[in-house]
Amino acid sequence: MDFLRPTTWGEALAAKAEHPSAVPIAGGTDVMVEINFDHRRPAHLIDLTRVADLYTWEVGDERVRLGAAVPYTRIMTHLRAELPGLALAAHTVGSPQIRNRGSVGGNLGAASPAGDCHPALLAAGAEVEAESVRGTRLIPIDDFFTGVKRSALEPDELIRAVRITRATGPQQFAKVGTRNAMVIAVCAFGLALHPEQRRVGTGIGSAAPTPVRARTAEEFLAAALADADLWASGEPLPQGLVREFAELAAGACNPIDDVRGTAAYRRHAVAVLARRTLGWAWESYRDQIGSTEGGAPRCA
Amino acid sequence: MRVNLTVNGRPQTADDVWEGESLLYVLRERLGLPGSKNACEQGECGSCTVRLDGVPVCACLVAAGQAHEREVLTVEGLADHARQRAADRPATHDTPAPPPDTPEPAPGTDLAAARSWQASPADPANSELAPIQQAFLDAGAVQCGFCTPGLLVAADELLERTSEPSDEDIREALAGNLCRCTGYEAIMDAVRLAAARASQGG
Repeated sequence: MDFLRPTTWGEALAAKAEHPSAVPIAGGTDVMVEINFDHRRPAHLIDLTRVADLYTWEVGDERVRLGAAVPYTRIMTHLRAELPGLALAAHTVGSPQIRNRGSVGGNLGAASPAGDCHPALLAAGAEVEAESVRGTRLIPIDDFFTGVKRSALEPDELIRAVRITRATGPQQFAKVGTRNAMVIAVCAFGLALHPEQRRVGTGIGSAAPTPVRARTAEEFLAAALADADLWASGEPLPQGLVREFAELAAGACNPIDDVRGTAAYRRHAVAVLARRTLGWAWESYRDQIGSTEGGAPRCA
Repeated sequence: MRVNLTVNGRPQTADDVWEGESLLYVLRERLGLPGSKNACEQGECGSCTVRLDGVPVCACLVAAGQAHEREVLTVEGLADHARQRAADRPATHDTPAPPPDTPEPAPGTDLAAARSWQASPADPANSELAPIQQAFLDAGAVQCGFCTPGLLVAADELLERTSEPSDEDIREALAGNLCRCTGYEAIMDAVRLAAARASQGG
């Protein structure tokens, strides 16, 4: 095994071009587990922890360009306002030790259906900045996941950054597990309200071969909110509407039975998470428009 | 490959390191520092928690080569680290300047001293232990002891950044450290005790 230590992004790309089967490693929270358990013996490891660019982010008017190796801890502390859904998801990852090392780039590279970032990215809207010595391309997050632990990355490509749409409305994330820390999600749900576009974004984790959006549920909710003029009025959501949204979200799942839960349980739990996250997000939205319109604070 | 790193303030070199080896293996098997424990090897248990450039991490998930030219703090260096931290804090009273021609002692923890380190009973005011270590002893927060080194490193880092942690802060900071004896209540007591002693300047 060779341990390659590029100190610049250019060197990293050159190393990946020369050794397409090389495994990039940053936080090591996935890769080292595979090596420790002898599940993987790559001929080359490319250590990305010395490539400083990967640990920075830029906040633009419409999106955040998040370096691939920025640890979850920093997303939680520095990007909570711009990327609330991702910050919530980051906070549910593993433990402090894991969040100090793990990153969105690594989560994407592993492309596990259970990756905690994925539902948040799908709901918010994002593009993966993939680069090789051949050039840079932006992969829409909807096209990124191609199968269980498979992504649209080419063998010579590395993830440089993720461009994530800045929140314009409330975002929520919730997952089901046996305890709060250190569990792989049984299932997870991300929700983003995009009030300016009168649009709803969703993401489901651990309930299909890849992370998926609940498109029918998104379209149903956006249409229902528009029809009843709820975006403008901020009225409470009718129970029937919330229930229908939750059922459509469950319908977007294609889960399996495994050690963490049955397919039936996952469908049920996704519906529950969809209902809860919509409730929380809508409450925040009502607070938001209440305060911007100078309305009196509502009683609980 | 060769890995040069600073462990507990002292430069160390490990040779013939396998490229897929973890920092934990280097610490335990090559440098003879078995304080950091090897248990799950997948970042689940926190027994191997060390600080890498100040940040708490699972040493089992750090590739040895990633620690090259970095600074590592293990439980063996915790007492020295705590003493150094206390000395670096702004003094509340005048301390006499050291004699000018005393040679500067080498920084950090000597490897031989770290290897032969033993806990000895001491009173909290004049302890050779880090305050968090003394608090664990006094609160009876050690049962089988396997999780203790990782908990000490994690708890010490919490108290370094949060002088008066709430119970929620403590639970969150220690969420990545499993105790199979389930002695969590006494562990909570120990962290509260260390925080209380620090706030009283003791």
